[in-house]
Amino acid sequence: MARIVGIDLGTTNSLVAYMDGDVPRVIQGKHGDAKVPSIVGLTDNGLIVGEPAKEHLVRDPSRTIYSVKRFMGKSLADVSEELKYFPYKLKEKGGVIRIQVGEKTYSPPQVSAIILKELKLRAEAHLGEDISKAVITVPAYFNDSQRQATKDAGLIAGLEVLRIINEPTAASLAYGLQQKTQGVIAVYDLGGGTFDISLLKLKDGIFEVLATNGNTHLGGDDLDRQLVESVMKDIDKQYGLKVEDFPDLMQMVRLESERTKIRLSNEDKAAMSIPLPDGKGTYTREWSREELESLTIALVTQTLAPCRLALQDAELKVSDIDEVVLVGGSTRMPLVRRLVEELFGQPAHCEMNPDEVVALGAAVQAGILAGDNKDMLLLDVTPLSLGIETMGGVMSALIRRNTTIPTSAKEMFTTYVDAQTSVDIHILQGERELVKDNRSLARFQLKVPPLPAAVPRVEVTFLIDANGILNVTAADIRTRESQTVQVKPSHGLTDDEVEGMIRESFQFAAQDIKARQVIEARTEADAILVATEKALKRGTDLIKLEEVQAIHQVLDELRKVKDQDDHRVIRAKISDVENVTHHLAEELMDSTLKEALENKKLSEVAD
Amino acid sequence: MSTQPTSTDHTSRELPMARSMCWHCQSDVCGEYFCGRCVKVQPLSKELDYFTCMNLPRLLSIDEKTLEDTFYSLSRTFHPDFYATKDEGEKCVSLGNTAILNTAYRTLKNPIQRAEYLIRLEAGSVKDIRSTPPADLFEEILELQEDLDEFRALAGPRDSDRGRELRSKLQNDRATLETRQEQLKARLFGKFQEWDALQISSEATAETQSQKAAVLKAMQEILSNRTYVRNIVNDLIAATS
Repeated sequence: MARIVGIDLGTTNSLVAYMDGDVPRVIQGKHGDAKVPSIVGLTDNGLIVGEPAKEHLVRDPSRTIYSVKRFMGKSLADVSEELKYFPYKLKEKGGVIRIQVGEKTYSPPQVSAIILKELKLRAEAHLGEDISKAVITVPAYFNDSQRQATKDAGLIAGLEVLRIINEPTAASLAYGLQQKTQGVIAVYDLGGGTFDISLLKLKDGIFEVLATNGNTHLGGDDLDRQLVESVMKDIDKQYGLKVEDFPDLMQMVRLESERTKIRLSNEDKAAMSIPLPDGKGTYTREWSREELESLTIALVTQTLAPCRLALQDAELKVSDIDEVVLVGGSTRMPLVRRLVEELFGQPAHCEMNPDEVVALGAAVQAGILAGDNKDMLLLDVTPLSLGIETMGGVMSALIRRNTTIPTSAKEMFTTYVDAQTSVDIHILQGERELVKDNRSLARFQLKVPPLPAAVPRVEVTFLIDANGILNVTAADIRTRESQTVQVKPSHGLTDDEVEGMIRESFQFAAQDIKARQVIEARTEADAILVATEKALKRGTDLIKLEEVQAIHQVLDELRKVKDQDDHRVIRAKISDVENVTHHLAEELMDSTLKEALENKKLSEVAD
Repeated sequence: MSTQPTSTDHTSRELPMARSMCWHCQSDVCGEYFCGRCVKVQPLSKELDYFTCMNLPRLLSIDEKTLEDTFYSLSRTFHPDFYATKDEGEKCVSLGNTAILNTAYRTLKNPIQRAEYLIRLEAGSVKDIRSTPPADLFEEILELQEDLDEFRALAGPRDSDRGRELRSKLQNDRATLETRQEQLKARLFGKFQEWDALQISSEATAETQSQKAAVLKAMQEILSNRTYVRNIVNDLIAATS
């Protein structure tokens, strides 16, 4: 069987891993980092993905898409509260968010597909073979629409998604394989955008999920935002600048807040410095870990309620938990560790890299599916109850949350009126009593033979497969005839749309690695041209005339080679520019520092 | 959400003949999990009850370890993860069998569901366990419902004297009913032992048959009382918290 890779498609970063014999390994990029930032930039030169796109974010925020996972399987109304943080325009079509970039619109699965394709290329380059099959991870608390959107993303990227697997359970596979643990473990997974808690029983290679809970809209992004809000207020107060009016500044504030948060995991204090537009100087501030913790403790505390609910559903006490495992970059925060350890009354395990463990687990599952690993078996659950709408707008549950999957439920339908030819069925997911408080998954019309009322008997089978995705089939009990059910998803792409997107993506596929290196180099050249021109304007007086002339000359040369198809030539010229402008950069830095210090004195005087 | 038409392999299971014939090569199969000739996995028989499926006698006190061991071992036999490289027919059978297996395990693991399942199995046509109030609590429950209605109607001013009075009364009722829930559960478990004793010791005489029927009926009543009490307790929790 062809090799299957394991992919962690994350909110902030994505990774790809494979089985090297019995050992799962993540695949690193050329700079030695396994993490590919989940960011896609659309430049005049073409698409860029990952680290180059992250650099592009501040330069061209309205055309750089990040955190797209937050939009998977969602409608516009679902994300209305956070719209102001995103620099790109969002629209909606057919219950699905569309991201508008210039003339084009992209659905979230299309953007995710671009990231998946990058991982696919990375794996192909490393392994030296074509990759067409993958296991992709999703948050355990993802609903059907979100899972289906992830599967669609795989299809669009040209990958056969053999399994959608839950992130905390994937992590448990990697952890269990390495640590040879037996007993009950709690996997606490706080990632970039989502939170999951899963309780599992590990016994002789069986990984049985007892209960899972979570919040698909709570993660590192939200923690960053607390800091972002503070910085925005600060900048407004001190400089009278509304950060939201400057998309590039907004992104700088966001990235700098993220960096500060990360630094404060290892240090007690971290300095933040953000250059401001309109010649307003530089915003600087030192943050303490205490300050960050007081800003984020309310959000981190929100993760504890799902933990308690999961314990309750699994009929377990805290003392029944043998080990607590931390997963996801956000669990590096000392505050998170402290609260989790307090809740479970024991130190948490973090032997494995919390960024990599999910991708490693996906690779382990890939090995199981390939038939290479017959010892381990994962028995997962569906995170949310599944039901249908009944009279009075009430949801009637057919499959309860935390039921081991695959699982099925059968329901008999009949007619109320003579000669009625169809029955409308509305499928829902959620824990609330009323239809309106739950997630609408899909609707379909059941065809019924025209007979007197209550005579037809059509049995509908709702089957949740091992991916946690619903499949609906129907059969007439009298005639034993099965019928095809055309389900219309409430928040998903139609089959036709997905097909169109697959075709479109093949056109993009022509961009091989070489072409992309050229695109990346050109994009960087564009950026450096703009930045150097700007620096020259500000710093002409700081350097000698000959230096100014030399810079102009090398910029002209870069402009000339930029459109060539050899990325090495462009790169070489870029580094020439960097060398020639080195002195100018230093001088500018000094003057900025002085400016910052002067600002500080002024503000001190003002206080 | 994806849809798939019921495949021919799936419907063939509905045919009575499928029980003794391999769906793939038509060889004879007698309840084995794999065809002796083509080694394809076979669908679990529709008549297979959960006790037999789990290798357990039809008793209400079960050995949880045996149940779990059998579940794990059958999961290793049928789980779709081990059929990813197989053909569509086998994938379909693996999916169907695992869905049945998971339901069987869930049903037998929980004592209440286990009892409800056994009653359905033994009593045949009797379908759902209804929800009926315990006879001796009839008056009390009637009064409680009135209090509950009044309390719910007091939507705003629950801090009034009447509101506080009702709340504490309802909280007392809840405690009483929760005690009753425990008692019902204890009585049910008592019946478990009666059933098991009859099942193990005696031959199928007319007398033991009627004794068994009586135990089943008693359990059915306890279960329907339990459902009733549980629903009220849930209502009380929802209204007063």
